[in-house]
Amino acid sequence: MEKAKKESIFTRVSDTNLLLSITIIVFVLMYIGAALILGGAFTKPQAFFNILNANAALIITSCGMSLVMITGGIDISIGGVVALVSMCCAVYLDHHNGSIFGSIMIALGIGLAYGLVQGFLVAYLDIQPFIVSLAGMFFARGMTTIVNTAPFNVENEKFIALKLTRINVPGMGSVNKLGAYVPAYVEIGVVVALILVIILFAVLRWTKLGRSFYAVGGNMQSALMLGINVKRTKFLSHLICSLLAGIGGYVYFLHVGSGAASHAMGMEMNAIASSIIGGTMLTGGVGNIIGTLFGVLSLSTIQNIVSSAGFDQAWWTGITIAAMLCLFLLIQSVIMANKKKALKAV
Amino acid sequence: MSKTNKKENFWRGLVSNQLFIPIIALLLLAIINLFHDPTFFKVTMGLNNAGNPVLSGYLITILDYGSELAILAIGMTLVTAASGGQDISVGATIAIAGSAMLRVLCGGEARPTDLAAPVIVAFLVACIVGMLCGLFNGVLVAIFKIQPMIATLILFTAGRSIAAWINNNELPIVPDPKFGYFGGFIPGIPVPTTVFIAIACIIIIALVLKLTNLGLYTQAVGINEKSSRLNGINPTAIKILAFVILGLCVAVAALIKVSRLSTINYSVIAKDIEMDAILAVALGGNALSGGKFNIWASVLAAYVIQFLTTTLYKFEVSSDALAAYKAVVVILLVVFSAPTVRNYLSSLGKKFTSKKEVA
Repeated sequence: MEKAKKESIFTRVSDTNLLLSITIIVFVLMYIGAALILGGAFTKPQAFFNILNANAALIITSCGMSLVMITGGIDISIGGVVALVSMCCAVYLDHHNGSIFGSIMIALGIGLAYGLVQGFLVAYLDIQPFIVSLAGMFFARGMTTIVNTAPFNVENEKFIALKLTRINVPGMGSVNKLGAYVPAYVEIGVVVALILVIILFAVLRWTKLGRSFYAVGGNMQSALMLGINVKRTKFLSHLICSLLAGIGGYVYFLHVGSGAASHAMGMEMNAIASSIIGGTMLTGGVGNIIGTLFGVLSLSTIQNIVSSAGFDQAWWTGITIAAMLCLFLLIQSVIMANKKKALKAV
Repeated sequence: MSKTNKKENFWRGLVSNQLFIPIIALLLLAIINLFHDPTFFKVTMGLNNAGNPVLSGYLITILDYGSELAILAIGMTLVTAASGGQDISVGATIAIAGSAMLRVLCGGEARPTDLAAPVIVAFLVACIVGMLCGLFNGVLVAIFKIQPMIATLILFTAGRSIAAWINNNELPIVPDPKFGYFGGFIPGIPVPTTVFIAIACIIIIALVLKLTNLGLYTQAVGINEKSSRLNGINPTAIKILAFVILGLCVAVAALIKVSRLSTINYSVIAKDIEMDAILAVALGGNALSGGKFNIWASVLAAYVIQFLTTTLYKFEVSSDALAAYKAVVVILLVVFSAPTVRNYLSSLGKKFTSKKEVA
């Protein structure tokens, strides 16, 4: 009797909410644990905002990744697109003395072009998204070195002024060693990222288009029966993802202020990891943008914990992310298997 | 009448043969090179650094570097056929296996004067490491039902870090010049050793396919997992086995790669090789979604891809920019092999022939 009741609760929570709550609980526990045990930097508000500052681009690209994954696809070209956008904008601003507006248009243009081509290949020619975006990734990396081989810093004055713009967070701050009050700040990229998160959350939850992303990812056949234009939905998901990669590329560029072929190496991997940790299922149909936001935060918090706990060699980062990804993949796999069993038993 | 039918059947058989695409690609590349610079095909006999007579020339380079790709293509074809996905961690696992091999050979020292263990022991350790990586991927794919490309993404990220960690980020140098034979030349034999290693691997896999049911079972699992289980095949075991075999291929490739330099560079060794291996499988006409496969087409395609790479180098494309050109080739390849495009083209062809008949 007791067991049956437990199972019914387990099955009543939707997949999305179940995985989302796991993510948020894990993040909160991890952050509190770090603040209690390691103390120091983790207790200051600015530490939290620094995580946001460093990861604004990752938040934007991860949202795009989640969207594609909810629709049942994947896009591993985003890291390459980010590198290509930063290099093109850097060359335009520095070598051609371009304007800020022009560089933003370049970033959006690259994202749009990538989205159109990849979306067309995936949705209308039925090619596996992984192969398409793998080729896209290599193309972007190769193109970046063709545009400019050597890494360099941008010295355009208008750009640097924009890069150094800081937005103070009201009511937050800390007192430094000299006793002066230092307000906590965020960069422009964070504001852009948060606005995009809110827009995407609203679109996914309340619009027809947003619901059709879930429908296509959950079961393509039934989505087709419901009269959803499956091909167009898939196409749009890839288009939005690449466009977000373009915006993310500009935010990344704004944060680092340089162009280099090695920029954003493995960002696609971090984006996939964040989405999975945030409760987006690889099989499609399940996911949440808020979860993705927490996924990014968890990922960077654990990186900070690892490095401040003394494992500061470069290789620990890769191993930690992979281990965390592996853990959450296994959790998802086990939860879904159990759920299937529970449903069958009912 | 029957004669024309026979002729038509012959042509249709030729075009539908899996070896057709790689051979055409090979001929195309050969013709381009012939017109651009006929010296491309010159093979000369010369002395190498060690004073041994060796063959040199672009063709020999293709045979040399194509061999490691061919070895990987064997494993990748099996994985593709069984699981319907590709292993993208091969480059990273080559780094892990190579690093483990160096650790055993040099005994943890950066500049040893003697080998700490015989080469065969180091190779066996590398094989075990490669198989363990394959097992890890295989278990994630077959038991936890994670898509192959995502499951192998874990090792793809962590692999190079793990490789650096095994040797404590040192770059040990193998002191014994004999270790260099595997990726270079054995004194007295003018043909690169890698060619012989590749031939040995091909013979072994040919015997395995001939003497066991591996090929048939792999195809059955790839085509329909459920019905193969109903027929008494264990799909989980077959999938894991495919990944473990790929792990062995990776270990052999790691031996060649490490032997070439007698040392290792964790971030550069076998970089982007997964792309080439997947490309070989696709160019060989194997369905990337699993099922039927032809290992010989993949092996031939691996050499064709090396031919393409060498040709691009000949046209003075820098190694960093190479990826962009190859990506275009991949996209063209998958677009033309996509079922939608094929159906469209064949319907166009039918229209054309029916019009001809009417006329």
